[in-house]
Amino acid sequence: MAQILGLPKLSPTMEEGVLVRWTKKEGDKVSPGDLIAEVETDKANMDFNIEDEGVLLKFLVQAGETVKLGAPVAIIGKAGEDTSALEAQAKSGGAAPAAKAEPKQEAKPAPKAEAKPAAKPEPKAEAKPAPKAEPKPAPKAASGNGAPGKLLASPLAKSMAIELGIDLRTVTGTGPGGRIVERDVKAAADGGAAKQPEADEEPTQPTEVKAETAIAVRAPRREDHDGDFEDVATSNMRKRIAQRLTEASRDIPQFYLMRSLDVAPLLGFRERLNTLLGDKGKVSVNDLVIKAVALALRRVPECNASWEGDAIRRYHRVHIGVAVAIEDGLVTPVVRDADQKGIGSIAAEVRDLADRAKKRQLKGPEITGSTFTVSNLGMFGIERFTAILNPPEAGILAIGGTLDVPVVQNGQVVAGKRMTVTMTCDHRVIDGALGAKWLAAFAELLEHPESLAL
Amino acid sequence: MAVISYREALNQAMREEMERDANVFVMGEEVGHYNGAYKVTQGMLQRFSERRVIDAPIAEMGFAGIGVGAAMVGLRPIVEFMTFNFSLVAIDQIVNNAAKIYQMSGGQYHVPIVFRGPGGPAVQVSSQHSQSLESFYAHVPGLKVVMPSTAFDAKGLLKTAIRDDNPVVFIEGETLYNTTWEVPEGTEEHLIPIGVADVKREGKDVTLIAWSKMVWTCLDAAKALAEEGIECEVVDPRTLRPLDVDTLATSVQKTGRCVIVEVGWPVAGYGAEVAYQIQKRCMDALDAPIERVTSDDVPMPYAKNLEDEVQPQVKDVVAAVRRVLYLD
Repeated sequence: MAQILGLPKLSPTMEEGVLVRWTKKEGDKVSPGDLIAEVETDKANMDFNIEDEGVLLKFLVQAGETVKLGAPVAIIGKAGEDTSALEAQAKSGGAAPAAKAEPKQEAKPAPKAEAKPAAKPEPKAEAKPAPKAEPKPAPKAASGNGAPGKLLASPLAKSMAIELGIDLRTVTGTGPGGRIVERDVKAAADGGAAKQPEADEEPTQPTEVKAETAIAVRAPRREDHDGDFEDVATSNMRKRIAQRLTEASRDIPQFYLMRSLDVAPLLGFRERLNTLLGDKGKVSVNDLVIKAVALALRRVPECNASWEGDAIRRYHRVHIGVAVAIEDGLVTPVVRDADQKGIGSIAAEVRDLADRAKKRQLKGPEITGSTFTVSNLGMFGIERFTAILNPPEAGILAIGGTLDVPVVQNGQVVAGKRMTVTMTCDHRVIDGALGAKWLAAFAELLEHPESLAL
Repeated sequence: MAVISYREALNQAMREEMERDANVFVMGEEVGHYNGAYKVTQGMLQRFSERRVIDAPIAEMGFAGIGVGAAMVGLRPIVEFMTFNFSLVAIDQIVNNAAKIYQMSGGQYHVPIVFRGPGGPAVQVSSQHSQSLESFYAHVPGLKVVMPSTAFDAKGLLKTAIRDDNPVVFIEGETLYNTTWEVPEGTEEHLIPIGVADVKREGKDVTLIAWSKMVWTCLDAAKALAEEGIECEVVDPRTLRPLDVDTLATSVQKTGRCVIVEVGWPVAGYGAEVAYQIQKRCMDALDAPIERVTSDDVPMPYAKNLEDEVQPQVKDVVAAVRRVLYLD
């Protein structure tokens, strides 16, 4: 019996797609696995591989049309079947059955040299796909969070790839239908079989992807040498750092705003706090910075946000990530609702998180969910530096050390205390003036530290 | 330890329990004067007299029911079916009475009874006498289902089954009676708890799950595969209800691949339940879909060549192992 084919979910986050072109004609016989169309999703151009068997009786959308997820795109059935009832149903918005397909996450070449789709070539059908079909960066979600997406891979292969930090898109599957199985992942981990899929796809693979995968799969080299160097195998943490920061550097347009702050009042304030606390704890400059950052985000909430493609997400709560150096890497534990916490409790919490970070005892929720990050290298004698964003956050503040510098006060050169901070901004979310506004709010708070206690 | 046959192990188990507890008795067709159709009750009539080794008429429903009644009033019957194919005549007593009375009486009556006898195909006894009915009984709450593969397991499990206060369906391998294994001897008590699986062979590449006769088929297959460098772990659940999922899952977590081998039919066979339990526990460890090897979905033919072909053979197990390892 004939049935309506709906648009399948071809990327984890797609809600609609542009049907770039049909690769089959009406009347063509198809069997499971056949490529019937290319669809542009939010991530990339994807293959629409059919899972059913039959004859493509009728196309319900033309190339270039935007289609909602699950909406009817074609009618499939036996040759010669009457489709008028189903066409009427599709037109009246009749539900298509849950669409199934095996998406392959590969960028596809623009269809310029390809045969034209046979389906009623209207001018629209030809004119529209071309600009839309530019190669897009390969889907990010598949590797960004370690989730393997919808590749054909055994559960063991998936869990193993996550553990080893291997991007499954770079692994050639040797199981049935190209399924990636354990031995393929092991081979990739050994640096062997991680081949690029097919030569004709090569030109459209963004070069950055290759760079990224090279980092992900390159195993320590073992060839002989004269002791000029040694290869230290990368830990999972290093692989994750490499992957995330490469992505952040590559995908996010970042710019930097620097500001020098008078921290003499802050240092005095800190001293008074520590005197009050006595042996009940200590407050560091960094703890005060965290509090000031959190309050500044309250004042300029547009910076407490992240880029979501078709939206900018503004966070209602302020969670500050604090970069902590540990052996062979760094982690970013999170002080939740830092804007609402007292300076003393922030200090205690940061000390506890940092201690446990060094012992590698932090749990998942303690290192995820931050909305803005602070990175401080002042204690290492760094005067100023720039930090790479910690996605998906739109901002990170790099804190330099406190310096004794000559400053001009009332026409006199006097000794002053200055600290330089550098804000890295995701330009998709924060423009220069907005970043400057936030930095002014931060400076106002930090230079008048009593306001941190309010 | 002495090396004894599976038949001798069962005989020892019954004798020891009858010596220990005067309430234990055995009843069935030809268990007394003929010493058992498969000689499992050899010599027991002489030792325990007709009061405790009772020859029953050919009326399975009747003597199974008598057994249930005897169990309700405090005795511990061992009811022997000449083969489990004939238990179908008595299945109402087993399923509707033995398995239900404890619950329906609000816990007033225990039914400490063992239904035992051979099951599974033997050699050319045709369709009505070659069935593997464990899936029928394993389906029923209120029953325990035990299927030992070795003399060691047979003795230890039968003794435990006789001491159990609940009805136990104890299905012996019809072709296993002459197989031998080391079994503890002398005064040493040999008891194996119900619901504990046993790793019959260790390996790292694939887990073979099998019970009764199929354990031997799997051990042969494992030996053949070892020559190709493939290390099979053979795990024998020994009891199907309750099932020791932990031991099975631990093995599959290690190997990432699982083949379930049973001599029963494929549709709604017990291996399907095992496969469900394994995938639920081991989803992220699996490198291949779980394979099942079963008899063909047909009544057993009489012709020898066809009879062999219908049942799982070493070559079928080897082929399934190669499939889950993606070797073909």
